[in-house]
Amino acid sequence: MTEATGIKEIIKPENLVYKRTKIMTDNVLSYCPGCGHGTAHRILAEIIEEEGIQSQTIGISPVGCSVLLYNFLDIDWQEAAHGRAPALATAIKRLLPDKFVFTYQGDGDLAAIGTAETIHACNRGENILIIFINNGIYGMTGGQMAPTTLVGMKSSTSPYGRDVKLMGNPLKMTEIVATLPGTYYVTRQSVHTAANVKKTKKAMRKAIQYQKLNKGTCFIEIVSNCPSNWKMTPVESNKWMEANMFPFYPLGDLKVPAEETTK
Amino acid sequence: MEKELRLMKGNEAVAEAAIRAGADGYFGYPITPQSEILEYLMVAKPYETTGMVVLQAESEVAAINMVYGGAGCGKKVMTSSSSPGISLKQEGITYIAGAELPCLIVNVVRGGPGLGTIQPAQSDYFQATKGGGHGDYHLIVLAPASVQEMADFVGLSFDLAFKYRNPVMMLSDGAIGQMMEKVWLSPQKERSKTVPEWATTGKPPTRERNIITSLDLDPNAQERFNQKLIDKYNLIKEKEVRYEEFQCDDAEYLFVAYGTSARVCQKAVQLCRADGIKVGLLRPITLFPFPSKRINELADKMKLILSIEMSAGQMVEDVMLSVNGKVPVYHFGRMGGIVTAPDEVVEFLKSKIIGG
Amino acid sequence: MAKIRGSIVVDVERCKGCEVCMVTCPTGTIAMAKEVNHKGYFYAFPANPDLCIGCANCAMVCPDGVITVYKTKI
Repeated sequence: MTEATGIKEIIKPENLVYKRTKIMTDNVLSYCPGCGHGTAHRILAEIIEEEGIQSQTIGISPVGCSVLLYNFLDIDWQEAAHGRAPALATAIKRLLPDKFVFTYQGDGDLAAIGTAETIHACNRGENILIIFINNGIYGMTGGQMAPTTLVGMKSSTSPYGRDVKLMGNPLKMTEIVATLPGTYYVTRQSVHTAANVKKTKKAMRKAIQYQKLNKGTCFIEIVSNCPSNWKMTPVESNKWMEANMFPFYPLGDLKVPAEETTK
Repeated sequence: MEKELRLMKGNEAVAEAAIRAGADGYFGYPITPQSEILEYLMVAKPYETTGMVVLQAESEVAAINMVYGGAGCGKKVMTSSSSPGISLKQEGITYIAGAELPCLIVNVVRGGPGLGTIQPAQSDYFQATKGGGHGDYHLIVLAPASVQEMADFVGLSFDLAFKYRNPVMMLSDGAIGQMMEKVWLSPQKERSKTVPEWATTGKPPTRERNIITSLDLDPNAQERFNQKLIDKYNLIKEKEVRYEEFQCDDAEYLFVAYGTSARVCQKAVQLCRADGIKVGLLRPITLFPFPSKRINELADKMKLILSIEMSAGQMVEDVMLSVNGKVPVYHFGRMGGIVTAPDEVVEFLKSKIIGG
Repeated sequence: MAKIRGSIVVDVERCKGCEVCMVTCPTGTIAMAKEVNHKGYFYAFPANPDLCIGCANCAMVCPDGVITVYKTKI
C-alpha cells in the first residue's frame, strides 16, 4: 500500500471525527491570525449545533473586535451599543423567556463602559449567559489600555506599562459578579489548548442547561490573547498569557451551583 | 366594548393606555416629573394580566437599551423619562433609529439645560425633532396637549412606529404629565401575536438569520441606507402631518403653539378677539413631520405670525422655514419652568402690531 | 494489531498561518508551508501524514476552523 492510497483510505465520510460546524457561516473571520475570538466563536457554534438550539437562540454582539460576530454564526443576532448587551439581553429574555439568550463581550465592553449593565443584569439574576473575552486590551481601536490590562503591561495608552498610581488597578469583573446573588454559575476558562477548549465547551453546555432551568445568570470569562496588540506571534502570545495572565486571572470555577458541590 | 371614563394625571393616562394598547414591555427609570408612569405600572401589575413586562432599569441608558432589545424582537416596547434622562437615552435612540426599530419614548419635559428645574418646559424641541443623537435621523414626534391625548397618542405612536419601523416620541411636558383631567380610555386590546419578519426570535430553518444592527462598514452601503431613511422621512412628511386649527378662517394674525402653550394660546385668542384683534391658532400635533405646508398657506393671509413656546425659541425656526419670509415671524415664551400666561401673549402680540 | 491512523485536511485558503495547530500537535504531523496562500499566509499542512493519530487537537485550537479530521483503525 502506497502512502497516497493510505490517506485516501482514511479520508472517508465514515472516518470523520472533526468538521467545522454548519452553524459557522462561510464568512472569513475578521480576526488577526491566532486570535482566540475565532476559537471561542467556534466552540459556541458547536454547542448550539450539538444542543439543537439554533432556532431558539438569540445572540447579542458587542462593540469591539467581535462587533461583526453576527456575520459568523448562523443565528438571530442583535448588535448592541458599546457595553449595553446585558440590557438588550435582559429585555429579550424577559419578552421571550423560552429562548436561549447570550451576550458575547470583550473586556472594554463588559468591564469598562458596560460595567453597570453587567453588574445589574447579574444582580437581577437575568436568565442569560454572558460570555466575557478578556485579553487585557482594546483590540479593535488599536491596543489601548483596558480595565483588565495587567499592572506593568504596555499598551498604546500605557506605553511605559500600566502604572497603578496613574491608571488604577486592573478590574476582576468575574470575581465581582461571582459575589452577586443573581449569578448561578461563574467560571473562568481559556481556549488556547485542546484541553482548555474542552473545558470551555463543557462550561457552555452547563450554562445552556442552567438557562433552560431558569437558574439565573451564567457568566463565562475566557482569558484570551491579542497577538497583534501584544506585539507577539500567536504562539508566543499564548505562552505569555499562561505566564502572565493566568496568575492574575486564574482559571477555574468561581461559583458553582450548591447542589453540584454537594454531589 | 365601551370606553371608560376616568379622572387621571397625564402620566397615569400614559401608563394605563400602554397596558390597554397591548404593550409588551415598559422599561424605565425614575425622574421627576414623570415617575408616576413607572409607579402606576408597578401598582397595576400588567405582567399578571396582559403579560406586559415592566422593569425598573439601573439607568436611563440601560432602559433605552432594553427597549432596543425588546423592539428587535418585534415587541411593542416603550420607555419614558424627562429631559435629563432623555439626554442619557440619546445613544440608544440613535441606535434604534439606525436599526429601524419601532418603539415609543415619552418625554415629560422639564426646564433645562443641565439638571435645570422640575417644572414644565418645552425646551427639548430641537432634541426631539432634529434627531437628538448622532447621525442623520428623525423620530416621529407627537405633542399631546391634554390628558386625553396622553392616553390616545400611546396607541397611535405604536401604530406609527410599526408602520414605518421608526421610533416615535411623545413630547409632553411637566404640566400635562402632572395635571388631572377626565379621560376616556379605550378598551383593552390583546397583545399582538404577529411576529414581524425582521424580528429576532430564533432562526428557524425556513428563513435566513435576522440581524438587528446599525453598523455598515462599507461607505457606499451606508450611504444607500441613509438615502433609504431620507425616503422614509419624506414619506412620513407626506402622509403623517397632523395639526389642529382654532379660529383661523378670518384671522389676520396667527399663533403657532403646541402642547401646554397651545392651551394657553386658545385663551389668548379669545382675549384678543374680545379686543377686536382677529387671531387664529394653529396647533401642530406632529412636530416631526411639521405642518410646514399648512403654515405656509396660512401665512398668505396673515399680517404676522407668533410662535409661542416655553423655551428660548426653538419651534420658531421651523415656523420661519415654513413661512419662508412671507410675513414677519416672532417668538414669545417664558422659560425656566414658568408657564406662559395668556395675557402676556396678548401684550406681546399688541406690542408687535404697534411696533410693526 | 490494529493501529490508529488519522488524517487532516486543511482548508488552505482560509488558513492564516498562526501556527497554533503546529505546536499543539502531539506527533509533529503539522508544519507550515514554504509557499503562501492567496491571502499571503504560510499555511499549515500535514508534513508528516504518517504520524497523524486523528486526535483533533489541531482542529480544536484552530481559530479559523480550517482543519477537518479523520480517524480509523488499520
